[in-house]
Amino acid sequence: MACGNGKEQEQDPRIDGIAASIRVVPDFPKKGIMFQDITTLLLNPKAFKNTVDLFVERYLGKDITVVAGIEARGFIFGPPIALAIGAKFIPLRKPRKLPGEVISEKYDLEYGSDCLEMHVGAVQPGDRALVVDDLIATGGTLCAAINLLERAGAEVVECACVIELPELKGREKLNGKPLYILIKSS
Amino acid sequence: MASEGGEDHRLLRIASAIRVIPDFPKPGIMFQDITTLLLDPKAFRDTIDMFVERYRDKEITVVAGIEARGFIFGPPIALAIGAKFVPMRKPKKLPGEVISEEYSLEYGTDRMEMHVGAVQPGDRVLVIDDLIATGGTLSAAIRLLERVGAEVVECACVIELPELKGRERLGERPLFVLVKAAA
Repeated sequence: MACGNGKEQEQDPRIDGIAASIRVVPDFPKKGIMFQDITTLLLNPKAFKNTVDLFVERYLGKDITVVAGIEARGFIFGPPIALAIGAKFIPLRKPRKLPGEVISEKYDLEYGSDCLEMHVGAVQPGDRALVVDDLIATGGTLCAAINLLERAGAEVVECACVIELPELKGREKLNGKPLYILIKSS
Repeated sequence: MASEGGEDHRLLRIASAIRVIPDFPKPGIMFQDITTLLLDPKAFRDTIDMFVERYRDKEITVVAGIEARGFIFGPPIALAIGAKFVPMRKPKKLPGEVISEEYSLEYGTDRMEMHVGAVQPGDRVLVIDDLIATGGTLSAAIRLLERVGAEVVECACVIELPELKGRERLGERPLFVLVKAAA
């Protein structure tokens, strides 16, 4: 069951509604995995708006120049945040989707590996970047995203996800970069 | 690249923010790359605003975005007009029960999936993608939505490639685009 962020701070009243709108689908993509499905959150306009607002309120005024969203669910949450704070939106994509010149970062999967790509020139040295995805599990994809942005000379200010699965210790994989999440789940 | 309604200065900025990459994904194709539009916050804002202005008073209850670039343009529109956002996805990405529609590619076929229960009979739907080429993907999305009893009010794309006649493939369903480009 999803629950709100820790006991150290008073929880924003909007978070309960957001957590309640997320559906857990057992045994997807394979047996034993309890999949956190955010599509039901997207079917609830108020919950979706509250989700975006919570991120925007945190990042407005922090001079974020880039929001990098991880394919594909990071493409849903990243752009509304980028639009609201006046930042560039950069899609970080699976291999061979981005046309033109790219840089590429490999990361491990449970079995084998995959790659994340970013356009050359999308990000400049001095850019202050926020990385967005729907969920952090093992942190492999977010770590690859951070590496891509830093290789291009950007400063990764924070990673932001709707959901964290703390037992998978993804937070430890982020090279010390701060992680902000709305909901922790088992 | 030609843009619709030359007086609108926003359209000029949007059209010039789009980058054309030759020979991607294969020789002979001039790929319309919208990532450079996303790097221009004013042009991206204007793109969304132009869609929102058109749809805000049309009682749209669902915005359906086609994976993956439809996920970039669809949600900001849905948020602004208070509609549900429904992702239309490649096979095996959506968890839980889905319905599925096959469509043709140049070589072979692909499938598009939508969640059962995401859309109800009577929902008024706007379908979004970054670009319409042959219209195959948009047609598959329309079929999925109509199978569950929704009304597809319009399809909206940033770019149309008119030479590929995608508009005809959509039958009577209206298509709204901001920019027309050569294939």
